[in-house]
Amino acid sequence: MGAGHAHGGLAAAYVAGNSPVHRLEPHTKLVAVLAFALVVVLTPVHAGWAPLAYAGFLALLLGVAAVARVRLGRLLRGLAVEVPFVLFALLLPFVSRGPRIDVLGVSLSQSGLAAGGSILAKATLSVLAATLLAATTDPRALLRGLERLRLPSVLVQILTFMIRYADVIGGELRRMKVARESRGFRGRHLGALKVLGPAAGSLFIRSYERGERVHLAMLSRGYTGRLPTGPVAVVGGRAWATALSLPLAAAAVLAAGSLLG
Amino acid sequence: MSTPPSLLVDDLAFAYPDGHQALFGVDLRLEQGERVALLGPNGAGKTTLVLHLNGILRGGRGRVTVGGLPVEDRNLAEIRRRVGIVFQDPDDQLFMPTVGEDVAFGPRNLGLSEPEVARRVADALAAVDMADAADRPPHHLSFGQRRRVAVATVLSMRPEVLVLDEPSSNLDPAGRRELAEVLEPLPVTLLMVTHDLPYALQLCPRSVVLDGGVVVADGPTRELLGDPALLAAHRLELPFGFDPHAVP
Repeated sequence: MGAGHAHGGLAAAYVAGNSPVHRLEPHTKLVAVLAFALVVVLTPVHAGWAPLAYAGFLALLLGVAAVARVRLGRLLRGLAVEVPFVLFALLLPFVSRGPRIDVLGVSLSQSGLAAGGSILAKATLSVLAATLLAATTDPRALLRGLERLRLPSVLVQILTFMIRYADVIGGELRRMKVARESRGFRGRHLGALKVLGPAAGSLFIRSYERGERVHLAMLSRGYTGRLPTGPVAVVGGRAWATALSLPLAAAAVLAAGSLLG
Repeated sequence: MSTPPSLLVDDLAFAYPDGHQALFGVDLRLEQGERVALLGPNGAGKTTLVLHLNGILRGGRGRVTVGGLPVEDRNLAEIRRRVGIVFQDPDDQLFMPTVGEDVAFGPRNLGLSEPEVARRVADALAAVDMADAADRPPHHLSFGQRRRVAVATVLSMRPEVLVLDEPSSNLDPAGRRELAEVLEPLPVTLLMVTHDLPYALQLCPRSVVLDGGVVVADGPTRELLGDPALLAAHRLELPFGFDPHAVP
């Protein structure tokens, strides 16, 4: 598990390390992140103390990131997946009904502003938590965690093969691109779709055929429908307590807000 | 009682569901520890024959037995332990996230205990000179290393018969030699499908030529390769300047 697989493909999100966060069993981290996101989502949108709660959640995440030695830049890059939500959230103040306020001469809906801001905050916090998980957990360990949490075996197998073959299929894609461009193809105008469509089709067929060959190889080694797993470590109460300290602290922030706010 | 042959193929005929007939009555007998090259042009039926050896393809005429055990539904698990097939593209063979897990795949399917699985993985990786690769993902290995690991994935099942499909294809000359060094000392019966005739001569004292779905020649590799008429009739060609009689 060296730093060797920190580059390329789906493993790119992982930052190898040996912090207490890295060492936690993956399934406990998965539960913790899910619970944290739940607490964040449960925060009432229109409560006056909501911004304070968001700040509290953010402080908790940054604390975990500091313990895990995950750099701020790495966390911010993880936010890229959030862009569609951001666009939606930015739209809300303009289209929502209800009392309006003027900001720099533009009329905005108050409730839309609150709802948009809250969507933005909740999505950002949840994505940051997921990014932390991805940065501190090897993708293969993540799969083992999902399996321990009883995710259906077929889904775990599909994800396993996705991780294994993303680079192989990516390589085929690159070779096809090189072959196209070596014969003068430039995919910069709409007409290029006539070439790229069939190329996508042939990549699909190649991948399908590879799937059949892989299945043959699996059958030849006694595959009976389940990927056999190795030994699993027993996880004690302390490890669970460590992992769940994040969502529990978040819940405490939420409770304090509802009681005091 | 004498030991049964490692592999006995008796009058095997097979047609695919689309009607294409690939095998027309193949007979083949491999004694324990024998090393045989299976030669023949593309489309001769070599792959179809190989897929019959561990029961992936069945349902045609004839029968296959492995170490005396017939290839039948109720024996499939044991048959697939006894016959280890290494497919041509290591990326098809290596489907698990790490080398170690891949080599452990077969033994775990056999239901072995974890300490035994660990021992088998270590032994198999050592046998192909890849002992330190257990934790690495396959796509970080060179092609030659992946081919050797693919061999380890079936060695870990302690097979009686090792079947290799085009083992030297796409290897650079050093990788080709390293693989030969790995294969030479293995205590198994070996069936090697190949177009690489010098490789056949190096590793297999005996060769079988398959063409048009039947065995057309079976004898010492050096003799078959020294018969230009036979080679020409079945689209087999020696590399330029290669003389099978000049090789030690």
